[in-house]
Amino acid sequence: MSGTDRLGRLLAVVPYLLVRPGIRVADAAADLGVTEAQLRDDLQLLFLCGLPGYGPGDLIDMVLDEETVTITFDAGISRPLRLTADEALALVVALRALAEVPGMGAGGALERALAKLESAAGDAAAEARRVTVQMDPGGERLTVVRGAIDRGRALRITYYTAARDATTERVVDPIRVLLVEGRTYLEAWCRRAEAVRRFRLDRIDAATELAEPAAPPAGAGGGDVTGGIFQPEPGDPTVTLRLDRRARWVTEYYPCETVEEQPDGNIVVTLRTGDLGWARRLVLGLGADAEVLSPTELALSVRSAARTALKYYSN
Amino acid sequence: MSRRRTERLVNLVICLLSTRRFLTAAQIARTVPGYEHDESDPKSHEAFQRMFERDKAELRELGVPVETGTTSVFDTEPGYRIAERDYALPDIHLAPDEAAAVGLAARLWQSAGLASAASSALLKLRAAGIDVDPHATLGVEPVVAGEPAVDVLLAAARARRAVRFDYRGSHDDRPVTRNLQPWGVVSWHGRWYVVGHDTDRNAQRCFRLSRVAGTVKAVGREDVYSPPENPDLLATVAALESGRPERGEATVRVRRGAAAGLRRGATSVVDGSGDDPDSPAGWDVATVRYRDPDSLARRLAGYGSDVVVTGPPEVRDAVIHHLRAVAEVAR
Repeated sequence: MSGTDRLGRLLAVVPYLLVRPGIRVADAAADLGVTEAQLRDDLQLLFLCGLPGYGPGDLIDMVLDEETVTITFDAGISRPLRLTADEALALVVALRALAEVPGMGAGGALERALAKLESAAGDAAAEARRVTVQMDPGGERLTVVRGAIDRGRALRITYYTAARDATTERVVDPIRVLLVEGRTYLEAWCRRAEAVRRFRLDRIDAATELAEPAAPPAGAGGGDVTGGIFQPEPGDPTVTLRLDRRARWVTEYYPCETVEEQPDGNIVVTLRTGDLGWARRLVLGLGADAEVLSPTELALSVRSAARTALKYYSN
Repeated sequence: MSRRRTERLVNLVICLLSTRRFLTAAQIARTVPGYEHDESDPKSHEAFQRMFERDKAELRELGVPVETGTTSVFDTEPGYRIAERDYALPDIHLAPDEAAAVGLAARLWQSAGLASAASSALLKLRAAGIDVDPHATLGVEPVVAGEPAVDVLLAAARARRAVRFDYRGSHDDRPVTRNLQPWGVVSWHGRWYVVGHDTDRNAQRCFRLSRVAGTVKAVGREDVYSPPENPDLLATVAALESGRPERGEATVRVRRGAAAGLRRGATSVVDGSGDDPDSPAGWDVATVRYRDPDSLARRLAGYGSDVVVTGPPEVRDAVIHHLRAVAEVAR
């Protein structure tokens, strides 16, 4: 942690404790995002600070014991520092983006919070116009899905699985909605697969809320999605392709495990896929812009599929 | 930062907050612990001045509004103070659902700079007496992917500083160096863009950050341009991504039970089994709208012999072209 972070925290700790007399030191530390030892060290430092004169009665004072802490003299730092432009921006832009998601504004909490923050941030909030976030929340499908989550009901969905190029019907127990990298997903327990699945909302072709309650197994879902939504299974086959530079878009659209630039301008990529059928469709469409380096099985099936297809155009 | 310096800076803030008069550097040196020095010794005095300059810069960096001025017209030397009304976060009260919304908003960012700005903002709100549940959810868990260039671009946009980067266009993949006066950044449907004035093209331009090769560097001095008052960043990006207008309709035969993805996007799918006596399995006939014949052809070629294009020729020929390229790979 840098010194500036610590200075900022020290200036916030005093007003934080001032409005929470008798708070447990451990609770305060957890709330402030530091260890209890770190917070106690901060408090020892603050004991040495105060108003000019620096005698008893001038210094910051508090009642600190094994368990709790109460500020008894704040030496004038009774309020936190104003939000900086970057801080105001981070919250204001995020609130604006969330308020755009249908159904999120229910009750107006986002808008009310936004208005209060903008007013408290004052001029600093003007910086927020430098960033805009627009997500693709999935339209009216989101309303049905969120309704089922709110009422705790199961859903029957018609779902298109791009990897297998198939549409299936299944009953799922909704857990939560995820908005990741601009796309919206329903995380649910899939009764067909007997596992947690994430369904892209734009691939749910139909959804009906059922009368029966949602009953996902305890502890299902809720995993971290910060590493991206697509997590290949360990056993998924790896596909290696040599792409012409014209096909670079592949590296932007599909999660590649590795991307290697070649001296001749070509790109060698490796992808994991649960279904070689998906890879075959990709490579067939890439035409001259891609060559399968491995597995051989894929190279052969792509070539034979192309030859078979060409027969239909021979007359 | 040393413990001694941190302590000195906290005392400096308290001292400047407690005074109505502007205090000169000399007065501060005689008051705040840590600045003691021999004023008659030029070396010692110079060391103090450097230390005091660094401390003021540090406080301003943190957002502490250190004011410079004189209390009366007879003062010859400027002094310093912090006005409580400029320093303190105004009163803010959030209802529990509003605090939950703020907590959720703070978790949106994965970009290092924005994420840390959000968490220090939360710290101040907590210090203002608001309880923010770090796990609050409104039934939706949003995450905006991180992109290292965003922090660099935002810092440059704020400082009104130009940036330089190598960029691969959508048609020509060879990176070309671009010079931009950034106005702001946009996250549009999960992708990050920068919008600004391209000084080489002398026009407004928008760049997708995933196509930047290497890193974005801030170049030159600060305050070299003024961005428009209220640029519509989103409209600029949407215009770039809206693509071409619709161009035509293709008719394709689709093997029954196959090509589910194609059927989903088709404007119509009708039974066409009567058309082909040789195929008892049966075919459907689908109509598909398209903007770009080549990208439709690539999709159709992907289905191999499950999809056969009837027309128009621009799509049919492109499909044949791609299939031939794959079929004729020499081994």
